[in-house]
Amino acid sequence: MPVLEGKELRIIGFLCNWCSYGGADTAGVGRFAQPTDLRIIKLPCTGRINPLFIVRALLNGADGVLVSGCHPRDCHYSEGNFYARRRLEVLKALLPVLGIDPGRFEYTWVSASEGQRWRSVVETFTEQIHALGPIPTFKAETCIDACIRAAV
Amino acid sequence: MASRLEELKDEVRKALPELDMVIAWAAGPDSLSHTPLFITEAADVDRIEWDPRCSQSLAGYLPGLRGKKIGILAKGCDARSIVELLQEKLIDRENVTIFGMHCEGTVDPDKIRSATSCGEGVHSVEIAGGGVKISTGGDACADGETCMVGMEDALMGKCFRCTGADAEPCDHFVGEHGEPPAVSSVPPSTLDMLEAMGFGDRLHFWEEQMDQCIRCYACRSACPLCVCQDQCAAQSREPHWIDQTDNPREKLMFQAMHALHTAGRCTECGECERACPMDLPIMTLKQALNRRIKELFDYEAGKDPEQTPPLFQFREEEEHIKERKW
Repeated sequence: MPVLEGKELRIIGFLCNWCSYGGADTAGVGRFAQPTDLRIIKLPCTGRINPLFIVRALLNGADGVLVSGCHPRDCHYSEGNFYARRRLEVLKALLPVLGIDPGRFEYTWVSASEGQRWRSVVETFTEQIHALGPIPTFKAETCIDACIRAAV
Repeated sequence: MASRLEELKDEVRKALPELDMVIAWAAGPDSLSHTPLFITEAADVDRIEWDPRCSQSLAGYLPGLRGKKIGILAKGCDARSIVELLQEKLIDRENVTIFGMHCEGTVDPDKIRSATSCGEGVHSVEIAGGGVKISTGGDACADGETCMVGMEDALMGKCFRCTGADAEPCDHFVGEHGEPPAVSSVPPSTLDMLEAMGFGDRLHFWEEQMDQCIRCYACRSACPLCVCQDQCAAQSREPHWIDQTDNPREKLMFQAMHALHTAGRCTECGECERACPMDLPIMTLKQALNRRIKELFDYEAGKDPEQTPPLFQFREEEEHIKERKW
């Protein structure tokens, strides 16, 4: 059941294997109630994230994208999240020019022990995406749009 | 002007025996834009042209000719692309000889054709008296032998944002150094226009623009920094970044790929827009990223071959990145 009222939206979460995925697991083990709009994709590290993952997700109909990794200086691979931070900050300049509200993409850091923080991040971000509503798409429909409508 | 061109030809003639090839501009089939000329014999040196019609960047030919001794004519913007190629170690400084002259600005043939009736048989194009003077033989233009066009109606978009008109570095510089073209009323860029619009309107702007895209990938072929050639992610099947459907979404995805791949590398040479047969404002995305990179990392591409691009490095404490507190 969605925690928020109304229709569930599609939010993609790119989480690093070592910290944030663990943090999400901690939140689950602690049985913290969370909105269920988020679909998690596990990655080895936020440094693995190609900014195109996020552009492709948003262009293919995701209503929001959340990236979460280890806190700076805590990266399992020492420096992956430092590179990611620069890339994702630059990406934030591209989305508004394409016509995608910059509020649809956020990144943050959650460690494996921070179940409580994970819940608050998910709640805040889900509320933010619900405030923005479903992502506007192009007028010209494609099979992708048909799939999106059928899936919801 | 003519004598400076002769001086330039002399410099090329002197250096040619030491070089395998010199890349220059020569009169081409379109009298409003010069075409690349690959010189291997001294006789061809006389065909060299240098005037505001030399709008094309020649820098993109360099990586493919690596290993040979190449001389190249370069404007300020072309030299910035060369700096990027040097920075990324795609060409070797000792094998490239740069010839430069002061660039007064380059003209956009399409703009001139829509501003005047001069289109064919243009003899000369000069920047003079705060405008662009186009001379034809007489009957080729209904407006008479010469037409004057305002700078804002004739120059390439990139020239309004020129950050340095003279090649730097340069091995053989002819004549005096000068400033970028002075334009009194710069037309607003597409980026400024987009920023005044709401997000929904921006999306529909791109839908309309991308609907015209014919997926010829001329922007990629013309880009001096698109050096992946056949390894381009746009053609990869695994991962399949872009599908084959003729849909503005896929075309916009390609433009986003191009912009993100050139983030921190793009020197805004304008080749993508110049090459685009549909005149789509595709440099806008790269400009937006460059603007952000300047704010975040105080970095401009194409200035110093010794610098490391901002996305190839990091600082533990980023001065200008304000992370969101949750």
